[in-house]
Amino acid sequence: MADYQNIFTQVQVRGHYDPGVKLPRGDWKREKVQIFSYVMGKIGDAQIGPVYLGFFGVASLLCGFIAIEIIGLNMLASVNWDPIKFIGLLPWLSLDAPLPEHGLDPMPPLEEGGWWMIAGFFLTASILLWWVRVYRRARQLGLGTHVAWAFAAAIWLYLVVGFIRPLMMGSWSEAVPFGIFSHLEWTNNFSLIYGNLFYNPFHMLSKVLLYGSALLFAMHVATILDVGRNSGAREVEQIVDRGTASERAGLFWRWTMGFNASMESIHRWAWWFAILTTITGGIGILLTGTVVDNWYLWGIDNGFAAF
Amino acid sequence: MALLSFERKYRIRGGTLIGGDLFDFWVGPFYVGFFGITTAFFATLGTALIFLGASMEDTWNPWLISIDPPDLSYGLSFAPLAEGGLWQVITFCAIGAFGSWILREVEISRKLGMGYHVPFAFSVAVFAYVTLVVIRPVLMGAWGHGFPYGIMSHLDWVSYTGYQYGNFHYNPAHMIAITFFFTTTLALAMHGGAVLSAVNPGKGEEVKAPEHENSFFRDTIGYSVGTLGIHRLGLFLALSAGFWSAICIVISGPLYEGSWVTWWDGWRNLPIWAD
Repeated sequence: MADYQNIFTQVQVRGHYDPGVKLPRGDWKREKVQIFSYVMGKIGDAQIGPVYLGFFGVASLLCGFIAIEIIGLNMLASVNWDPIKFIGLLPWLSLDAPLPEHGLDPMPPLEEGGWWMIAGFFLTASILLWWVRVYRRARQLGLGTHVAWAFAAAIWLYLVVGFIRPLMMGSWSEAVPFGIFSHLEWTNNFSLIYGNLFYNPFHMLSKVLLYGSALLFAMHVATILDVGRNSGAREVEQIVDRGTASERAGLFWRWTMGFNASMESIHRWAWWFAILTTITGGIGILLTGTVVDNWYLWGIDNGFAAF
Repeated sequence: MALLSFERKYRIRGGTLIGGDLFDFWVGPFYVGFFGITTAFFATLGTALIFLGASMEDTWNPWLISIDPPDLSYGLSFAPLAEGGLWQVITFCAIGAFGSWILREVEISRKLGMGYHVPFAFSVAVFAYVTLVVIRPVLMGAWGHGFPYGIMSHLDWVSYTGYQYGNFHYNPAHMIAITFFFTTTLALAMHGGAVLSAVNPGKGEEVKAPEHENSFFRDTIGYSVGTLGIHRLGLFLALSAGFWSAICIVISGPLYEGSWVTWWDGWRNLPIWAD
């Protein structure tokens, strides 16, 4: 059997540090982080950095820092400012959404959800600024904005659980708490309160797409590694000028399951599977409690659940 | 079905594991091979038995059809067909079909001069399935611990089994599995998006090469794993998701029977930080 298994780079050839494609006029300069990592080089590119900060990057990091500070300090306060307890009990600590009696009050008392509002505001600002940054970086390099729109699909789900659905339900208390176990509890309770989320058809779609994404990614990356010796990983080149790697990769699936994607279309499949996971998930959450109160009963009404 | 324009030159003999040239042919786009025959046999038999099982129940509603495993009282023995025996035979057929499919992929890989990552990756998914319907039931001493074959019934099983262990979200291996699933989907979106954005840069722009993809990811997150690296990373993420899914269920029952919520009490009550 051939020994070419294409899991690790066996011989690392290290070129010069790549400063990156030239940036257009008006952009900041890149931060010259310049590290070569032998370990990273075993599976991918050994070069770490440079990184571009820019206005939106700095603003996003700042907002993200403020949000995490507020969450962390609230958690620290909840264990009486004891750093040992903070570390040990961290999974149980939580900054909770406003109490139900505050409804949609934009500024409830700090201890009763006010801190959560401020942290949520800065976290959301940070995420939206990061989106602008992802969009801008693509545009400035003359690339399409597919990554930014995929990111937007994830932001949609984030906004649904933390902003849009609470707004429709008329209470910020519906939103997700900041905490490790507490957000898991929220998820669990959400399913229990609304009659088992497994009966929510959009939850079904979202899960199928989530598992489908893992399946599709495994199929795609394994295929590319399999045609590695034919330079299959040079996908852009294979798309514009089909080589034997694309042909073999396509025929593998055609012979296996009667159908194959092309080197370009497999990335469209990938992109849609991934973004539809969060889009359908967001729709499923948004309908819960607003349109449908009990998914199990809804399932009985619609003929797919048994008594 | 027509051949692809370049297909004929790849349709050559050889690469089979079993049967020499006997099964070395195609039907339409499908390669057959010895394992194509066994796949078809197991898949057809298994599907027919599912229909047989459905005909013995009182509904043809596709959402509600369910082929249930034997009652726990049968332990690890054979059950009568109508009382879970069908489930046992169908499980055998499923494993036969999945195993055949893996080996058929190996033959196709050999034919095309490709590596074996795809059959290896698929075998991780099959491992997760076998864990659910064979390994865990055997460790727990009854086929009745397998999951039922039905659209809604398998969801009910997941729900029910999860709550048997308190709250499954607290299962550490489940946490790892979910994290890998989400990360896999994130990486898939980033990879798909990166390639599409290089090839479809918009009106008036030229198609970009990987050096632009590198610059994009270095600019935004400080590191670009590269065109080959993303596929290795993706394989690791996707397979880890499947692998840890299998682990999280196989430890629930055989290794730990209590509530996953209280499993954490040992950590919580360490004298360093406990009250």
